[in-house]
Amino acid sequence: MIKVEGLTKRYARTVAVDNISFEVEKGQIVGFLGPNGAGKTTTMRMLTCFLPPSEGKANVAGFDVVEHPMEVKRRIGYLPETPPVYPEMAVDEYLDFVGRLKGISNADIKRRVDDSVAKCALGDVREKLIGKLSKGYRQRVGLAQAIIHNPDVLILDEPTSGLDPKQIIEIRDLLRSLAGDHTIILSTHILPEVEQSCERVIIITQGRVVAMDTVANLTNRMRGSEAIAVEIESGAGNPTVSEAQQRLEQISGVSRVLAKEPKDGRLRFEIESLQGRQIRADLARAVVNAGWNLSELASVGSSLEDIFLQLTASEQKSALPAAPAEPETPAEVQPQ
Amino acid sequence: MKNIFLIAGKELKSYFASPIAYLLMAAFGLIFGFTFYVATRDMIRLSMQSQMMGQQQPMNVNDSIIRPLLGFAGTITLFLVPMITMRLIAEEKRTGTIELLLTSPVKDNEIILGKWLGAMLLFLCILGMSLINIAILFLWGKPDLQPVLVAYLGLILQGGCLLAIGEFISTTTRNQIIAGGVTFFVCLLLYLLNWFTAFDNGVVSQVVGYLSIVTHLDNFSKGLLSIKDVIFYFSMIFFALFLTSRSMESLRWRS
Repeated sequence: MIKVEGLTKRYARTVAVDNISFEVEKGQIVGFLGPNGAGKTTTMRMLTCFLPPSEGKANVAGFDVVEHPMEVKRRIGYLPETPPVYPEMAVDEYLDFVGRLKGISNADIKRRVDDSVAKCALGDVREKLIGKLSKGYRQRVGLAQAIIHNPDVLILDEPTSGLDPKQIIEIRDLLRSLAGDHTIILSTHILPEVEQSCERVIIITQGRVVAMDTVANLTNRMRGSEAIAVEIESGAGNPTVSEAQQRLEQISGVSRVLAKEPKDGRLRFEIESLQGRQIRADLARAVVNAGWNLSELASVGSSLEDIFLQLTASEQKSALPAAPAEPETPAEVQPQ
Repeated sequence: MKNIFLIAGKELKSYFASPIAYLLMAAFGLIFGFTFYVATRDMIRLSMQSQMMGQQQPMNVNDSIIRPLLGFAGTITLFLVPMITMRLIAEEKRTGTIELLLTSPVKDNEIILGKWLGAMLLFLCILGMSLINIAILFLWGKPDLQPVLVAYLGLILQGGCLLAIGEFISTTTRNQIIAGGVTFFVCLLLYLLNWFTAFDNGVVSQVVGYLSIVTHLDNFSKGLLSIKDVIFYFSMIFFALFLTSRSMESLRWRS
């Protein structure tokens, strides 16, 4: 449904998105995970034809974003970071306007508005001015706006930001009910969020994709597997790098052996176990049985976990001061 | 086409959802009514004076009231336009709703024309306030209708031209105050350009004078409908809207 190849966005001095590629199948929910400034929003803006890419291709719902933007726009629903609502309009009126803007015919418009009001639980406030609504309701109006024309692809930039826990659960349920018919990409910086609502995760940081996998695989790798650093003395009677690597790979329970730069006359490897397997004893035995000198065997955190830690750590720092920056009711309509 | 009207309708509703539309209409109605009162009073005095002195100078309602008044309305337009256009796109950029418009299946030009049309409709509503006074003249006097219509056409064309310029300036910033201020000074400059030609008739002066919106409005308020002036306004509107569309496109590359 979505196919991205080598997508790059360059600004005068910075590269916001650097050569990313991924694919999303129809009906999937995919999470974009990354710290602030990682390029999530820029990527989404390119997918929605808001920004043209500097390089690379993006194909959304069967159409190229540069060559056929109109066709793409017809088939996407987009919720930007701040919901694009007009505070001086009532919810009903706003959805009617957006619906028509998205090309819904006069005959269908009422039904579609009712439908998205119902789906986003906006029944109580549909006649209120959007400017008078709380942040959570405004977010839901933004979501209602994105789904009103029943698009093939939904692109949601932090759909749960600013919501209370109950509302977050409601939005999650809503997203899950929408998946299947719709392909959904949502960005977030909250790890549990991804675990709960997404099937696949794309982790990006500094404009690059650093990991891309199903949630199950990622969490398994994070929780069940361990990474172990092994150092073996080289020299007489000891193996070459490739010999040692081959030997280590044969041990049952090992999923991956990474040879690192030898140091101080020692061969160094980083070994990842399969999920839930304890391989340290087997490793030690294998090395000793081969007659080599084992000089070190230590557990290291998995690289994936490092990424997550790095992400969540930088997130916590930036999330706190960012929160009060969005007042409950910003002054939109200033008397001029 | 449908989208243009959709956006224009939304713009007009937004104007009337905030005090701005009522404020501008009231202010214009008040100022126009005041000048109307003064002009009518003076004309009545003058005609009575000339009658008493035995001069049989026919006083013409068109020449002594309608023409100066509608000419003055053209000047008030300079103040109205920035207040109408300042929010057009700057506001959308500030609140992020521009992302909604630009990711909807609507062409940039439809957005631009729709917004311009919405501003035009508000401008017509404001200008409509002056009809109250003009109607009084038609009820109790016998002014010629045709020059009045031509003068209104001139005002509408001038308004359209300045609104298009204002819309262009509104795309260049997300700050409404800046958009409004710059628009005002640009309008003022276009208005003052004909001073350049007051005592000089060189080629440069003629070109500069041609660009002044006042030169063309003068003809209209005299009741002269010349194709040259109509073309001037239409080409200015087209040019300003063209700049707007370029500027909108550059939004995508820069933002």
